[in-house]
Amino acid sequence: APSSRCCAPPSAAPAMNCRAEVLEVSVEGRQVEEAMLAVLHTVLLHRSTGKFHYKKEGTYSIGTVGTQDVDCDFIDFAYVRVSSEELDRALRKAVGEFKDALRSSGSDGMGQISLEFYQKKKSRWPFSDECIPWELWTIKVNVVNLANEQERQICREKVGEKLCEKIINIVEVMNRHEYLPKMPTQSEVDNVFDTSLKDVQPYLYKISYQITDSLGTSVTTTMRRLIKDTLAL
Amino acid sequence: AMDTDLSSQDRKDLDKFIKFFALKTVQVIVQARLGEKICTRSSSSPTGSDWFNLAIKDIPEVTHEAKKALAGQLPAVGRSMCVEISLKTSEGDSMELEIWCLEMNEKCDKEIKVSYTVYNRLSLLLKSLLAITRVTPAYRLSRKQGHEYVILYRIYFGEVQLSGLGEGFQTVRVGTVGTPVGTITLSCAYRINLAFMSTRQFERTPPIMGIIIDHFVDRPYPSSSPMHPCNYRAGEDNGAVYPSVEDSQEVCTTSFSTSPPSQCVFTVTKAHFQTPPPVVTDTLKVPVMGLAFSHQLSSSRLSYQPAALGVASADMGYPVLFAGGLNAAHPHQLIGPGKEGGVPPVPSQPAHGTQADQERMCTPLDGVHYSAATPSSSEDTETVSNSSEGKCGSPHDLLETIFIRKVGAFVNKPINQVTMANLDIPFAMFAPKNVELEDNDPMVNPPESPETESPLQGSLHSEGSSGSSTGNTHDDFVMVDFKPAFSKDDILPMDLGTFYREFQNPPQLSSLSIDIGAQSMAEDLDSLPEKLAVHEKNVKEFDAFVETLQ
Repeated sequence: APSSRCCAPPSAAPAMNCRAEVLEVSVEGRQVEEAMLAVLHTVLLHRSTGKFHYKKEGTYSIGTVGTQDVDCDFIDFAYVRVSSEELDRALRKAVGEFKDALRSSGSDGMGQISLEFYQKKKSRWPFSDECIPWELWTIKVNVVNLANEQERQICREKVGEKLCEKIINIVEVMNRHEYLPKMPTQSEVDNVFDTSLKDVQPYLYKISYQITDSLGTSVTTTMRRLIKDTLAL
Repeated sequence: AMDTDLSSQDRKDLDKFIKFFALKTVQVIVQARLGEKICTRSSSSPTGSDWFNLAIKDIPEVTHEAKKALAGQLPAVGRSMCVEISLKTSEGDSMELEIWCLEMNEKCDKEIKVSYTVYNRLSLLLKSLLAITRVTPAYRLSRKQGHEYVILYRIYFGEVQLSGLGEGFQTVRVGTVGTPVGTITLSCAYRINLAFMSTRQFERTPPIMGIIIDHFVDRPYPSSSPMHPCNYRAGEDNGAVYPSVEDSQEVCTTSFSTSPPSQCVFTVTKAHFQTPPPVVTDTLKVPVMGLAFSHQLSSSRLSYQPAALGVASADMGYPVLFAGGLNAAHPHQLIGPGKEGGVPPVPSQPAHGTQADQERMCTPLDGVHYSAATPSSSEDTETVSNSSEGKCGSPHDLLETIFIRKVGAFVNKPINQVTMANLDIPFAMFAPKNVELEDNDPMVNPPESPETESPLQGSLHSEGSSGSSTGNTHDDFVMVDFKPAFSKDDILPMDLGTFYREFQNPPQLSSLSIDIGAQSMAEDLDSLPEKLAVHEKNVKEFDAFVETLQ
């Protein structure tokens, strides 16, 4: 049964004690999806574990996370993602919506997509559960238009190099070993992890995005939430 | 204080974690340089054998090499485990691309929980390693390997050696994990001045040498472990293949081919010393016996300054053709590059492949160091095989590698200095051969070279080297002439690469230059109306002429 929804929408500003990292990329329109997936998958690689199997006496064993290489078609770049089709589908869905929104917004092609990791804190009725973010990744995207094939080729390489830098940045952050939610007991596991996937277990996360209009203000704010029941189709 | 010391169980666990972490680190790095996309499956049920909860396959050979390098030790202060990734072209040139270092420093975190936090952080670090191995320049190169170059790895334990990376190398930190006995750090130092050596360059047809020329490094550390190809294709028969890997120095199923007919093509295969393999140039494959790589052999310098260390002597010349030039009588002769006129004699040995001799899995060049064997007299040639005896018990591994210098045309050298294996290749007379062969073959024994000293054909060997011609006609080894074609070190010290660059872009023929062409074109156009007028006048004559043709 799906666990209770997290009712509070992701906060516009990160709460206290929430790590916030911002990455910026300039890409061509057709590179948006791959670039976003590369970053999101790299973050989720570090923020997913194997499935927990709780045993008696509060011990648990952890499943195995497989990984796979992904080659980009429009960028000279490759990245590693967790081997989970469900997770990949979820990310592709979110990134696809973001890309469509960017395109249809008619703006200069600026927007940002956010990946927020949160914990649920159960409250007593009538109060709804709280969602407390503990890490927020924001990718600011600037879409550029290129005139000719030669520029596109250069863009392929440049964006590839930029993404390499982003991966290194992400890994740096991960290596700080800063706050991570405590490993939960069996009753608490759904407050910390997304247990709905069958092969891996990412920390609870939500993805949202914003499109910036040409004035630079976030006039169009589209919030999407990826929650377990959406994923479960 | 006692309470801050690790419990013995924790200590045991920690040591185990570090050991397996080191082994998995090597696997991730080498697998990331195989040139293939890696894919492993997630499994929700713990299998119990997936260290750090990650599905990382274990290539047996790689584990073996890692364990060998570690020799039962763990990374500690001053004792780092290093995985060196290098590139080797089909011409035999190589260069170091990256050094991945797993180090331990003294900063201890006594509070940290071993079985839980350290373990999970090591898992996280492996994930970071997975990610980072895809973003250094060598990754893209390794994905395109196989035709003109391969990627090799080498594991060593001890002090980190970064000098082979060239100037201005960069480092990226993968991560650190604090433990009660020290802080584990994982980082990568990588060469950056291959930035221009994009994979596109390799997709072009050669010359590769023009690109690599500046990156040759003398290997200052001769006694180092062997290089291995990352491109390990054992696949399903890991189990079957692996035991025989221990026979020969390394299994090498990589095949090289270059498209232009002028390039020599060779295949590296495992050692089976039966008959001399046919060596055919142009585009056919040339089976190579056994080990084709030795890091020393593969580092060559394209200048004529004799190198103090490393094979890199001018005499090595360029390029080096790997070919299985075996003499039936001495199946395992090693045509070792050495100083001009002196080649370490390597006594022939029985076929390596027939014995699964574990001890011989030593580094082929432990203590054997081609450059050290730069004999000017034949006595010194003992050094190579002798010194190797002391270390790993057999120079067998040496013998499995036959390198033949493709001596270029116009090498002006008396035949007894030029030796050639039993090869059927162009300019065979200039290729190194066994002295006993084909004395009558005009291709092998050309008539005396002309006396004329044209700039190109002029004496292509330095004075110093010709002196060694008297020695080393010993039957047990062959000499290699390392003078490349078109080299002229007497007139101008010029190495092959420089020569190549200079003559690569000859000035255009004046008749083809645009200005002159344009001029004459303009003149032509100007004179056209006049010419037409003349022809018009003579129309009747033309008509009459045409009639005669009909």
